[in-house]
Amino acid sequence: MALNEATAHELITRLQQREVTARELVQATLDRIDAVDGQINAFISIDAEGALTHADEIDRRRAKNEPLGPLAGIPIALKDVLCVRGGRTTCGSKILEHYIAPYDATAVAQLRAADAIIIGKTNMDEFAMGSSCENSYFGPTLNPRDPERVPGGSSGGSAAAVAADETILALGTDTGGSVRQPAGYCGVVGLKPTYGRVSRYGLVAYASSLDQIGPISKDVEDTALLLQAIAGHDPRDSTSIDVPVPDYLAGLKDGIKGLKVGLAQEHFPAGLDAEVATAAQSAAATLADAGAELVDVQLPVAGHPEYCIGTYYLIAMGEASANLTRYDGVKYGHRAEGDLNLQEMYLRTRSEGFGEEVKRRIMLGTYALSAGYYDAYYRKAQQVRTLIRQDFEKAFTTCDILLSPVAPTTAFRLGEQTDDPLQMYLNDIYTASVNLAGIPGISVPYANGADGLPIGIQLLAPPLEEAKLLRMAYALERTTA
Amino acid sequence: MAVTVEEVRGVAALARLSFSPADEERLTGELNRILQYMDRLNELDTEGVEPTSHVLPLANAFRPDEVDPSPAVADILAAAPQRQESYFKVPRIID
Repeated sequence: MALNEATAHELITRLQQREVTARELVQATLDRIDAVDGQINAFISIDAEGALTHADEIDRRRAKNEPLGPLAGIPIALKDVLCVRGGRTTCGSKILEHYIAPYDATAVAQLRAADAIIIGKTNMDEFAMGSSCENSYFGPTLNPRDPERVPGGSSGGSAAAVAADETILALGTDTGGSVRQPAGYCGVVGLKPTYGRVSRYGLVAYASSLDQIGPISKDVEDTALLLQAIAGHDPRDSTSIDVPVPDYLAGLKDGIKGLKVGLAQEHFPAGLDAEVATAAQSAAATLADAGAELVDVQLPVAGHPEYCIGTYYLIAMGEASANLTRYDGVKYGHRAEGDLNLQEMYLRTRSEGFGEEVKRRIMLGTYALSAGYYDAYYRKAQQVRTLIRQDFEKAFTTCDILLSPVAPTTAFRLGEQTDDPLQMYLNDIYTASVNLAGIPGISVPYANGADGLPIGIQLLAPPLEEAKLLRMAYALERTTA
Repeated sequence: MAVTVEEVRGVAALARLSFSPADEERLTGELNRILQYMDRLNELDTEGVEPTSHVLPLANAFRPDEVDPSPAVADILAAAPQRQESYFKVPRIID
């Protein structure tokens, strides 16, 4: 197996045993990027020189037996919505095409402290708004499993880069499914941690009450390793949770005997793609064989696609319309040229700088927050959000983990849904409710469809129960291996 | 409640966005279709349900009132489209 195809936990051992050097490993990923990224377009920026210099430094420190961090020498790609000091952070947008961040996001600083090697920034739907990675100013990313298909989104570049062995690890962000859905479409593992478990400082905001950074990797053990590195309280993010971070690797392989896995009938409506439904039911059955107990639960609101999608998009678009007011051509980013007064400059800058989907969401969000409509739309959505949370709380009184599909289908074709925004939003029916409730969720590749494309399984847990969630995901992964 | 082209124009002004007449027409149709979908939420009785603005039981996150180092002014200004001395420079505000 080529170095770039291995997992982080395998490579960490081989690096420690001096079988390979960080330089050889980084070079292997860079060679792979050279070979395939012209087609896949998973990366917006690649820092080959910086990554190799960093690798040499790690190798030197190892040669001197200096202490090294837990991810020492492991290449990682970052979704281009995370600020990295001195490098470009574009958010897949023209308006930030040339933006150089003056500081590191906390998650990035934690990766540096763990001695991981940042190799580049990955493509995404503009400002994380999309489910296909087709809304990028830098062109679409293709699915490495089938280049006629989308990789999912919005963290499509990160998922594709891991699936194509262009990197060992990646970070994405998940506001309504943007880590889990592309992980599912590309056949890799993607985790959305509990809201507040990972600092959002230096993550460019889309919908602040929903956004969360999450690992994307080739297997569950790597996801646990990467979560360990980035989880924790950050005084710079007032919404980060100040509780100790458990050891996510400690109980990972302890098995699932006696754990209760809940299935909600609402997640299996008539008309659901038969392969997707069969995969989820088969996953549940294999977990039962491995010692879990299956229970039926009800999610009358949180399992209802229309209620979840309506609530999610109203809240996300409302928050986005407020967050994106900062792009005014004054402090950073694109500014329209010409002899314009201030108001004209704002209008032209934003109209030139944002893509179609971003403008659509700003418009809907502004409308839903405006006088006269606030109660009918935004406040109503916040109330339904309460009902969604309560549904999950109640379900978790009778089970430890919930199991569902990640997405209603396998990866769709490029261009297939771009003319119909609402159809595109429906990709998030299984994932968006999870952000609304703030609970952790993971996508694990489980089966392949008749089209040869991966089908992912989503597992959910109560707040801060990532250790249990990872343990279940690890067991599920064993049944597919 | 159907959204009109005039309302779309008004919302665009609030959002500091401008659209061509053809785009205004298209957006009006899209917004109506999406909002019609959102109207399904009205099937749910939310009388007396507290709205959730945030999932965490957090109130204010206080810290000691101590001065920390701030980012260098030059670093911040480096990203500005236009600057003068230590200021962001903008076009004339009053015609």
